Amino acid sequence: MNYMNILKVAYNALKRNKMRSALTMLGIVIGVGSIIAMTGVGAGAQQEIDNQTAAFGTNMITIRPGGVTAGGIRIRSLTELSASDGDAILRDCDLVTAQTPVIRVVTSVTTSERNWGSQIYGVNTSFTTVRNWGLKYGSMFTDQDYRSGNKMCVLGSTVASNLFGPYDPTGEIVRIQNIPFRIAGVLESKGQLASGQDQDDMIIIPYTTFQKRIIGNQDIDYIYVSVRTSQDMAAAIQEIRQIIRTAHRIPDYGDDDFQIKTQDQVNEIAKSISKTVSLLMIIVASISLVVGGIGIMNIMLVSVTERTREIGIRMAIGATEQDILLQFLVEAIVLSLMGGLIGLTLGIITGQMVETFTSWSVSISASSIFISMGFAAAIGIFFGFYPARKAASLNPIEALRYE
Amino acid sequence: MSMQTELHTGIETRLDGSALISAKNLKKTYRMGDVDVHALRGVSLDIRSGEFVAIMGASGSGKSTFMNILGCLDAPSSGEYFLDGISVAHMTKKEQARIRSRKIGFVFQGFNLLSRTSALENVELPLLYQGLASNRRRELALEALHAVGLDKRFDHKPNELSGGQQQRVAIARALATHPSMILADEPTGNLDSKTSIEIMAIFQKLNSKGITIILVTHENDIAQYGLRNVVFRDGRIIKDFMVETRLNPEEEMKRVLATSIVDNA
Ligand SMILES: Nc1ncnc2c1ncn2[C@@H]1O[C@H](COP(=O)(O)OP(=O)(O)O)[C@@H](O)[C@H]1O
Ligand SMILES: [Mg+2]
Repeated sequence: MNYMNILKVAYNALKRNKMRSALTMLGIVIGVGSIIAMTGVGAGAQQEIDNQTAAFGTNMITIRPGGVTAGGIRIRSLTELSASDGDAILRDCDLVTAQTPVIRVVTSVTTSERNWGSQIYGVNTSFTTVRNWGLKYGSMFTDQDYRSGNKMCVLGSTVASNLFGPYDPTGEIVRIQNIPFRIAGVLESKGQLASGQDQDDMIIIPYTTFQKRIIGNQDIDYIYVSVRTSQDMAAAIQEIRQIIRTAHRIPDYGDDDFQIKTQDQVNEIAKSISKTVSLLMIIVASISLVVGGIGIMNIMLVSVTERTREIGIRMAIGATEQDILLQFLVEAIVLSLMGGLIGLTLGIITGQMVETFTSWSVSISASSIFISMGFAAAIGIFFGFYPARKAASLNPIEALRYE
Repeated sequence: MSMQTELHTGIETRLDGSALISAKNLKKTYRMGDVDVHALRGVSLDIRSGEFVAIMGASGSGKSTFMNILGCLDAPSSGEYFLDGISVAHMTKKEQARIRSRKIGFVFQGFNLLSRTSALENVELPLLYQGLASNRRRELALEALHAVGLDKRFDHKPNELSGGQQQRVAIARALATHPSMILADEPTGNLDSKTSIEIMAIFQKLNSKGITIILVTHENDIAQYGLRNVVFRDGRIIKDFMVETRLNPEEEMKRVLATSIVDNA
């Protein structure tokens, strides 16, 4: 019997029990559908993180206070990071092109009409360079502003639109912890991080003003450093480390009381988290595929029993064991492949809906389509084989006598 | 007496001499729990090409068991079976399936058609397993349906056909591959007497074209349509003889119609 005929026989048998065939496929449909959607969303997230690496600031290094011992235990810093550490880095390391200290606090911001809870960052004028961030309206506060500790601020676009709507608020006054600040400009929009955090929901002010007016001490939270080229990163990290150790007077045997991280490292962590999450999802989807396979096996066993007499007839008129085996195996494979195709379609539609209704990007690759369809076919063969084997090994006489 | 001789010689001239079927001391024992059921206790029989043999005997005498062995559907516990001079016991299952496909046509008491499948498709089924192309299958299947007088109903499903018509589809299916023999196990068992005569007429016609027919029946008059009768009892052949006065379906039909008119009157 040729393959076209085998396919036709299998198709007709499945058509005869439409409802049952549809329900049997369901596990495969859900499995393949979720694998396609999950890998799509996962790959989209990875891509998004890559895009953000570029957007966050190229060749950027973050220095935080507090070190980690060789044993992995966090230690409190004896000396907090200070703005002078940043100055020393810029002065002593030729590979560094810009730096800014960063101090952060969450507080509310008010105008005469509205108020908005946001994050206030104290930085210097290099912030826009280091973070690779342009301005939408107005300008950055000046070196003069930060040396004198003037009450000037630059709004993130989310804050601007929440307090002033679509208008340019340059020159207006906002109150931060009841202190009036004049708006120098508004930053361009950068959008959300993969974590869902809105990067535009923030206000920057001179860190000198921040220390004097808001926290009242000299501490800073971290330092952003911009390195000349990405090839210089490793060398820059070594030099920066020595500079800070010297500045903090750490003896040779002492552990660092600060941490140096590149943005790439931060993103690697984000990527591996998103990878782990989508891997978990794919494992769940695979379990659904396997359960779908067991469903196919179950229904095929029922079908073999129901069609015992038919199998006997086919054998009596000349079907070989191989013919019968193929008939049922192909039926199982057609079942799982049809389920796979439907799942594929639903997965792509789901991906598209996710993209439309959320801010996530979805990217469905050809390889995920081939792999999941291959997986579906493999499930059909694996779980279809036992029932098919059972059908083929029936004794023709007993099969013919079966009621 | 003269009739028998004449018939006998008639067969002789049509036979090519060598046996199509040669069974040698076939035994078949089924084990049912602790007891052995001896379905066949040593059956030897030669059937030559072109014969029309009716196998008779009471229920449980081993007729079906014997037929299943002849049809390569079952293997004997001991003894040997030669088909066209070849020992079936030494064939692989695949070769046996090939024999069933090429040389043998089966007709069963219960018709055994695939339900929800048209008459034509049922008849095409054995041709499908021979790997024939679809137009060739259709051609042969229509030819076979024509031979049993059912070509107009080729697209009917079994449940749209009467018992006699279903059995004719089954005969067409057995016929489609042009087998050298047709094995029929109680083909008229589920049919009324009038329909039975129609079916026997078809078998006689096929036999006259040279197809060997082996037919199981426990009805004496059905056996009289054949040329040779073999009687089983308790798994043994107790009688093997040529039919003296072979029944003619046309005359039988007239007789049956006449009695039914009398019955109705
Ligand atoms: N599969 C089987 N298992 C056990 N006993 C069987 C089986 N098939 C047939 N028999 C027994 O073998 C004997 C002959 O059966 P069978 O050939 O069907 O007789 P017939 O066709 O002449 O009525 C019977 O006693 C029957 O019960
Ligand atoms: Mg029987």
